[in-house]
Amino acid sequence: MRKLARFLKKYRLQVILGPVFKLTEAIFELIVPIVTAQIIDNGVRTGDVNYVWRMGGVMLLLGVVGLCCALVCQKMASIASQGFGTVLRNEMYRHINTFSHKEIDRFGTPSLITRITNDVNQLQYAVAMLIRLVIRAPFLAIGAIVMAMLLDFPLAIIFLVATPLIGLVLYLVMSRSVPYFRVMQKKLDRISLISREGLSGARVIRAFSKQEHEESRFRAAANDQTDTAIRVGKLSALLNPLTYLIMNFAVIAIVWFGGMRVTSGGMTQGEVIAFVNYMSQTLLALIVVANLVVTFTKAAASAGRVNEVLETETSVPETAKSAVLTKEGAPKITFSHASFSYSGDGGTDGEKFAVKDLNFTVKAGETLGIIGGTGSGKSTLVSLIPRFYDVTEGSVYIEGIDVKEYPFSQLRSKIGMVPQLAELFSGTIASNLRWGNAQATEQDLEDALRIAQAKEFVDRLPQGLDSPVSQGGKNFSGGQKQRLTIARALAGRPEILILDDSASALDFATDAALRRALKDETRGMTVLMVSQRVSTVKAADRILVLDDGAMAGLGTHDQLMESCEVYREICLSQLSKEEAERK
Amino acid sequence: MKKKSGMNRSVLKRLLRYAKPHAAFLLLALVSAIISVSLTLYGPILVGRAVDFVIGPDQVDFAAMLPILFTLAVTIVVSAAFQWLMTYCTNRVSYKTVRDLRIQTYEKINTLPLKYIDGHAHGDLISRIVNDVDQVSDGLLQGITQLFTGIVTIVGTLLFMLTISPVITVVVVLVTPLSLFVAAFIARLTHRQFVEQQATQGELSGFVEEMIGGQKTVKTFHYEKRAEQQFEEINGRLYNCGVKAQFYSSLSNPSTRFVNNMVYTAVAAFGAVCAITGWPAPLTIGQITSFLSYANQYTKPFNEVTGVLTQIQTAFASAERLFAVLDEASERPDSRDAAVLEHCEGDVAVEHLFFSYDPARKLIEDMNIAAHKGSRIAIVGPTGCGKTTIINLLMRFYDADRGSITVDGHNIQSVTRSSLRRQYGMVLQESWLFSGTVRENISYGREDASMEEVIAAAKKAHAHSFIMRLPQGYDTVISEDGGNLSQGQRQLLCIARVMLVDPPMLILDEATSSIDTRTEWKIQTAFEDMMRGRTSFIVAHRLSTIKGADLILVMNQGHIVEQGTHETLLAKGGFYANLYNSQFAVS
Repeated sequence: MRKLARFLKKYRLQVILGPVFKLTEAIFELIVPIVTAQIIDNGVRTGDVNYVWRMGGVMLLLGVVGLCCALVCQKMASIASQGFGTVLRNEMYRHINTFSHKEIDRFGTPSLITRITNDVNQLQYAVAMLIRLVIRAPFLAIGAIVMAMLLDFPLAIIFLVATPLIGLVLYLVMSRSVPYFRVMQKKLDRISLISREGLSGARVIRAFSKQEHEESRFRAAANDQTDTAIRVGKLSALLNPLTYLIMNFAVIAIVWFGGMRVTSGGMTQGEVIAFVNYMSQTLLALIVVANLVVTFTKAAASAGRVNEVLETETSVPETAKSAVLTKEGAPKITFSHASFSYSGDGGTDGEKFAVKDLNFTVKAGETLGIIGGTGSGKSTLVSLIPRFYDVTEGSVYIEGIDVKEYPFSQLRSKIGMVPQLAELFSGTIASNLRWGNAQATEQDLEDALRIAQAKEFVDRLPQGLDSPVSQGGKNFSGGQKQRLTIARALAGRPEILILDDSASALDFATDAALRRALKDETRGMTVLMVSQRVSTVKAADRILVLDDGAMAGLGTHDQLMESCEVYREICLSQLSKEEAERK
Repeated sequence: MKKKSGMNRSVLKRLLRYAKPHAAFLLLALVSAIISVSLTLYGPILVGRAVDFVIGPDQVDFAAMLPILFTLAVTIVVSAAFQWLMTYCTNRVSYKTVRDLRIQTYEKINTLPLKYIDGHAHGDLISRIVNDVDQVSDGLLQGITQLFTGIVTIVGTLLFMLTISPVITVVVVLVTPLSLFVAAFIARLTHRQFVEQQATQGELSGFVEEMIGGQKTVKTFHYEKRAEQQFEEINGRLYNCGVKAQFYSSLSNPSTRFVNNMVYTAVAAFGAVCAITGWPAPLTIGQITSFLSYANQYTKPFNEVTGVLTQIQTAFASAERLFAVLDEASERPDSRDAAVLEHCEGDVAVEHLFFSYDPARKLIEDMNIAAHKGSRIAIVGPTGCGKTTIINLLMRFYDADRGSITVDGHNIQSVTRSSLRRQYGMVLQESWLFSGTVRENISYGREDASMEEVIAAAKKAHAHSFIMRLPQGYDTVISEDGGNLSQGQRQLLCIARVMLVDPPMLILDEATSSIDTRTEWKIQTAFEDMMRGRTSFIVAHRLSTIKGADLILVMNQGHIVEQGTHETLLAKGGFYANLYNSQFAVS
């Protein structure tokens, strides 16, 4: 948690002054029972009504000043804690943006989201509590004991016995019940897992008439959760009665032994009453302390998760600061003995290379098809070009310059990439298309849509280009989304277009029309077309065949049919013999 | 507003029906609450009486104090015991009611027509089963006891105070509206800010989810800076409403303490004056002590009651969301005289069938199919043309609007759904496996199958060899989303599952992509083996499958536009020929 303290720097003033104000309020609170004792001993005993009114006024004043101090503290706590959270979130988000896919894959998107939201909230709450209660609560607990000791030391021994006892009960009950909450969460997760399976598998479950079986599975999980909940409930239900018990027996002891002290002249009646008041203050403060411990334990776990993000360095750093000059006459793309393994140490850890020893060049304006089975390394290969990952061995060049020497903005503006999973963002169609080029004119967007075979359906939408896109593009079908992501890449007028199996949701006719339009309208653009479908890559200038991460062949369809066993096998599994051999 | 409260009442009534089996515990909880609260409140009176015997040096009457303190001890112990009992009973009632509600909701979902499940976001339904049910338990059942305890405390405090001194009670009651007002005011302020904070927080999470989830695209288009600006803008708004929300909500503690202090001061001063002057009523010092104890805790129940009220509101909203599911119309049950379909041959006929999901948008109109025993029917056409709808109708996941489907001459409306469905083996594109072992997943349709039969089925599905390579073979647990298996392997397991049941008819949905060549070959061979001798309906994407079919149904926009074999359809030069040729158009 200490490492995160730097984010509080801006709020040093609030962090120091907040608790000071809170402390002032607490001191006033401790004075009140004494004033009451004074009213009884000096006012009521002597029959001095004026004294009573005066002291009443003092108490009211203490209350008002106390309230003001508390309000100032609360305000400071909210400013500091929310400010801390805001700064931390900005910093985390900026940091996450520097991550390469490797780091993002390692954490996983859902985990990163929880860290930047829930974990930061947890810490924010802890900061607020730090300012508001960390000084106040122990101060009140100890203060009440000290005040009692000042009033009458022998009687204060009751406090010295009761307080540790209450502390012990709090510790025993909470240390046993709090860990159960994680167990409960797990059981609840199981319930939601079975619900999810029940919904996603509704067809299969009904096809096999297994409703009752699923219901009994669900019932078992629900029962299990309930049993645990009741068991934990039994335990945590002990907390209030037990502390209540101890406190009140302490009160009995105070009255009895206080009576002895009074009869011997060591104490007054009013002081006994003050003792009773201090006892209840102590109990309340101790309960707050116990809750604080829980809060800070949770916050420490959150701090660990947040720090883990902040301390992770990206594996793909940007070293170049200014734009580089490309070499004229160099091939558009060159892979030179490029290998990559996800663990980064290729081979030594038993981890094999995802792609290994790739050697090929692509000329400007050429269309290269890339084919291979799942896990053969097609997506990995194209990810190396815009530096989503850095090669483990060898190099990748664009126009003769190593991709590592480009600044990210220069490198990535050359490339238009259409990922396998069509990702759209909430906004409008136009705002999505302008991702690659914020200055694109309406005509540019129209052209891109036309090439991507999306113009027809966009025109049919009542709002056309301004039609809203919901998060993840859920309001469009898979095929429509793919075509829009293709249009988005085209609107940026990239020099290199990478289609990573991005026509998989299109039917044959649309797929064919798309390929024809790309061929006709993007002259000069270098195109890399990844696919599992032979029909998609068949007409490319050259085809690269990947098998298990290695190049199994490179050439035209006809050449490969002759020479490449892997390619022939793929073709024959998808096409009939005459189709495969059709020129 | 009036209508709303009327609705709330009916929701409450209905919820109480769920709590009915646990009525004894609920009653016990309420009785315990009354006992423990009254005894807790009685405590300060006893302390006050005892203090009155502690007057000054040599003026302490221990003999008189002893029985009072003894009573106090008993009171405390009994009160503590009932406090525990109350919490225990409340927990028990609410957890058990919640469990019943959960189970009932889940079972309800199993009876709902698939139309409902297809048409609703699964995340939302799961959230109802998990979160809303929890809300109901926290808000309504625990809330009701808290509300009850709070009210009993307030009423009890007033009663006890009245018995000691009506005058001071009047003073306290005069301050009451103030504490009510403060509590309500803060609650309202806070609520408004919280709503805004929640909304902004949601916006931020949504943004992060979108941008981190789409990191690949963000990087490709070098969108990081723009995204950071947007993030900081939302975050800035979150700061503004966060500071307000937190400040307002943190007001409640100090304000409560302040109101308490006012009550305390008033009681101390007026009490002292009464004790001195005896006007308007005499009061002992012990009685002042009792009053001070009450004053110390006086605002607490008010705050609790206000807090619980908002919680109860949210719970009502959750309960309504739950009841909305429970009130959905279930699938029409099988008619009482429905026959059980057994050992059918596999002659399927569809006659003059009409169906649409939405009456406003016609889909299938006047469809006719005749499939004979053992034949293969391939269904092809562009996406969204209604291919999966045919599966839905054959399996009676949906009922046709008009027309009939018969199996071996029996109208499928006249046989039980489960017996009809068991005649089909179904392998869908999205292979569904549940979290359990490989063996449990294969024997899903026949739990009594022996290990030998399971292995035999897996072998027939070409799944045996990869299963043996898994860490625990057939006992390997498949993780939640089947992450430890490839898409193709998952499909092979689904095929094995069907193989084990050995049904006379098949429905297959071919995968469009994402399966590697070797697995694909295995799946095709497995499909091939499986289809031998069985009437099979295949939603086909692969040309080889289509060409091997006895009958091709070419669909477009819900209609069967053409029927025939590959050769006859090609010769016809229609829609199918177009579709087929487009594959090789660029050459």
